[in-house]
Amino acid sequence: MEEENKEAVISEIHRRIAEAFNVFDNESSKSVDVREVGTIIRSLGCFPSEAELHEMIAEVEEEEPTGYIRFEKFLPAMTKVLMERKFRPIPKDVLIQAFEVLDQEKKGYLEAEELKKYMTQEGEPFSQDEVEEMLSAALDNKENVIFYKDLVSKMTFEDL
Amino acid sequence: MRAALLIQRWYRQYVARLEMRRRCTWHIFQSIEYAGEQDQIKLYNFFGYLMDHFTPANRNLISHIFRENEICRDIEWERYFCYKNIEVPELYSGPHLSFPLTVSNVADLVEAFKNKQQLHTRYVLQLLLESWKLLRMLPNINQVSTCQTKEITICGDLHGHLEDLLLVFYKNGMPSVEKSYVFNGDFVDRGKDSIEILLILFAFMLLYPNNVHLNRGNHEDYIVNLRYGFTKEVLGKYRLHGKKILKLLQKIFSWLPLATVIDQKVLILHGGISDTTDLNIIAQADRHKYVSTLRPPKRRWVASGGNSTAGRHKVNGRMDNSLQRHCSLAYNSPLRSRYNFQSRSMQNFSSKVNLAVEEELKEQRRMAGLSQSYHDLRSSLSSDSDSDNYETYEDDSNEWKQVIIVDMLWSDPMPQDGCIPNEVRGGGCYWGPDVTEKVLRRHNLQLLIRSHECKQEGYEFCHNRKVLTIFSASNYYEVGSNRGAYIRLGPDLVPHFIQYQANRSTRELTLRQRYRGTFSLRALREQLFAHKSDLLYAFQDYDTDNTGWISLKHWATAVEAVLRLGLPWRVLRSQLVTTTQDGMLDYQGWLRELPITEPKTESLLETMYKQRSNLETIFRIIDSDHSGLISFEEFRQTWKLLSSHLKMEISDEAILDMAVSIDFNKDGSIDINEFMEAFRLVDRTMNLPSEPNHTKTDE
Repeated sequence: MEEENKEAVISEIHRRIAEAFNVFDNESSKSVDVREVGTIIRSLGCFPSEAELHEMIAEVEEEEPTGYIRFEKFLPAMTKVLMERKFRPIPKDVLIQAFEVLDQEKKGYLEAEELKKYMTQEGEPFSQDEVEEMLSAALDNKENVIFYKDLVSKMTFEDL
Repeated sequence: MRAALLIQRWYRQYVARLEMRRRCTWHIFQSIEYAGEQDQIKLYNFFGYLMDHFTPANRNLISHIFRENEICRDIEWERYFCYKNIEVPELYSGPHLSFPLTVSNVADLVEAFKNKQQLHTRYVLQLLLESWKLLRMLPNINQVSTCQTKEITICGDLHGHLEDLLLVFYKNGMPSVEKSYVFNGDFVDRGKDSIEILLILFAFMLLYPNNVHLNRGNHEDYIVNLRYGFTKEVLGKYRLHGKKILKLLQKIFSWLPLATVIDQKVLILHGGISDTTDLNIIAQADRHKYVSTLRPPKRRWVASGGNSTAGRHKVNGRMDNSLQRHCSLAYNSPLRSRYNFQSRSMQNFSSKVNLAVEEELKEQRRMAGLSQSYHDLRSSLSSDSDSDNYETYEDDSNEWKQVIIVDMLWSDPMPQDGCIPNEVRGGGCYWGPDVTEKVLRRHNLQLLIRSHECKQEGYEFCHNRKVLTIFSASNYYEVGSNRGAYIRLGPDLVPHFIQYQANRSTRELTLRQRYRGTFSLRALREQLFAHKSDLLYAFQDYDTDNTGWISLKHWATAVEAVLRLGLPWRVLRSQLVTTTQDGMLDYQGWLRELPITEPKTESLLETMYKQRSNLETIFRIIDSDHSGLISFEEFRQTWKLLSSHLKMEISDEAILDMAVSIDFNKDGSIDINEFMEAFRLVDRTMNLPSEPNHTKTDE
């Protein structure tokens, strides 16, 4: 029975991966642009860092990188990731704690410039576009600051 | 710093989820769009069914639907469309046209449309008549040379998006002796300014006949227009003379050239090619005979199972192979076999023709002396009555030409070699890179430019850059869905692209709003609702112990088996199914929640709802005087025929009950708009943009 269940679980995982992959496989060529792989992995519920992402891409790339990742190589690697539950989601409270670390004065919010500075200078820095986009979504129009507790609630997908 | 890293990780994940949703939205719209086109073909199968099954009882209805044109000769057409009696009142503030057109006339016209004014009927008819006269003199294939006009601009589908056309003119300049344009079909339908686009294009064509070239698209077809909005638009904007305008356009569309060739090297046409495409044959065809490129299947074809075409290797009847491209979106689930309820689909009626009925019909026809007129009925569909040769079953070469023409307007490229029927659209074929090679070589061409498919960037190459798709309607599915583009081609015949996106609102869309995908989800829920009963059967199949619950995995498999849209249901699941317990779903509860009004006679209304586009199309055909009313008897007969075609048992009382509940009691006539209104979904959680206000029409 155990074996059967495991097989069923794996086959369902395979289907999920295939669906997500196919959304980006425009030519039905069973391959996707390497730049989309991060989106695919993340949409399956994983929260890798950029470094972890690059590692994984290196794993599934061709010997001589073509700019495309083939489904053949992607499937087993991704299955492993999901089975082992790698790149787990960040719990909401941990996330809020992270914001609180940045909010040294414990104001309950962050100034736009503050957040921008951290995001573009620390960790795995955002590009200009990324940080602009984040601010446009995060900024409270009236007060011109970021209420991060609200932001975390707004930007969390509750489903997986 | 760890905190920053954490936040970045989380945010990037969020953006990726949104991007995935955005891409899914695209697939949703495309699947539903093509499924809709499939429906259109099924409608034609239905018409074929009607023709095969009419009896004296419903003969009136059917001949009503397929009425012969009362007007026979060109002179009579001209008299019928005479605009001279139509006066332009003093109060009219729109543009005035004089013929032959002048540059300032046309500039005024464009300016007026920019300011949301409407052209007076008199000028519309005049303009259309002049256009017709010109189009009749044009060959099937326009031959254009870059030595005359240095650079040529090529635009793809516009679909009534006036703001996109204006944007192109703004960026690229308007057509002139110095600036040639090719417009590659699908000027109308879907968008709200189709007639304005047509008038502008025709005006420029009249002004610069050697510099403005129009190719026919699959939407330049009055039957397609009935379904996709152009007919409605014209009747709404021109209440008095709309039907006359539409009738004139019917003829004009059939006279539109089919292709344009530049420097004998670049072929431009709307849909594509097939392994039978031969420009020499096309050049000789009587293109105006094909008023609609969609026709009910001939008897012969019907027997071989649907819309396969004579002379081509017929795909085995199994959908799997020919839906290859369409289904590649979904993991190839082993559950390809059909459920019983699929037999309710409109696909396979032909094989079930009852022999006894056949005999009966033959007898009836013979007695009523109908055999001659049955023949006439068929031929009147495809040819103008002013031609001498009726199409006969045996007239192979005409049928052959029609196949080629349908292929030109409806086909799509596919990555694999070969040529297979385009079952997704229901017309034309899918053609592969080998066919491209073959056809290009046959005619010594180097590039094929086509449109017909919406592309996110407005253009896309395929087949080793030998095929180029160009699409000029931005925001086609919804705001933000895609950019539009146009091509500039110089004597070197190297295409240069310019992309753009018309802004519907000046406000910047926030991240979340842009990716909300609400319209696509609504469309998807509509589809789910329309298949409620079938979905219930499918779910119950999985729920062997009758617990009322199924796993999410089974939900996804069942939904795909029923809807067959080839969508990534597991990816979409979180947006469609919000209440689950331990990975299990209370499916009846979920079905109940699909946001529609409570129907009284559930399955009947549901079926009607599913067929509503077909119904509306049929109604509009029946309502040949475009009054908006059909008689209750016509409605009843139509519904009876449609439901027998669908193999559903509908009693007269059921129809009457429903009529009562939708309140049809207006002297035995049904207001089509009211009836369709009953099916319009009102989702109160969304603020829908209101219908554009047409200023009181000057007629």
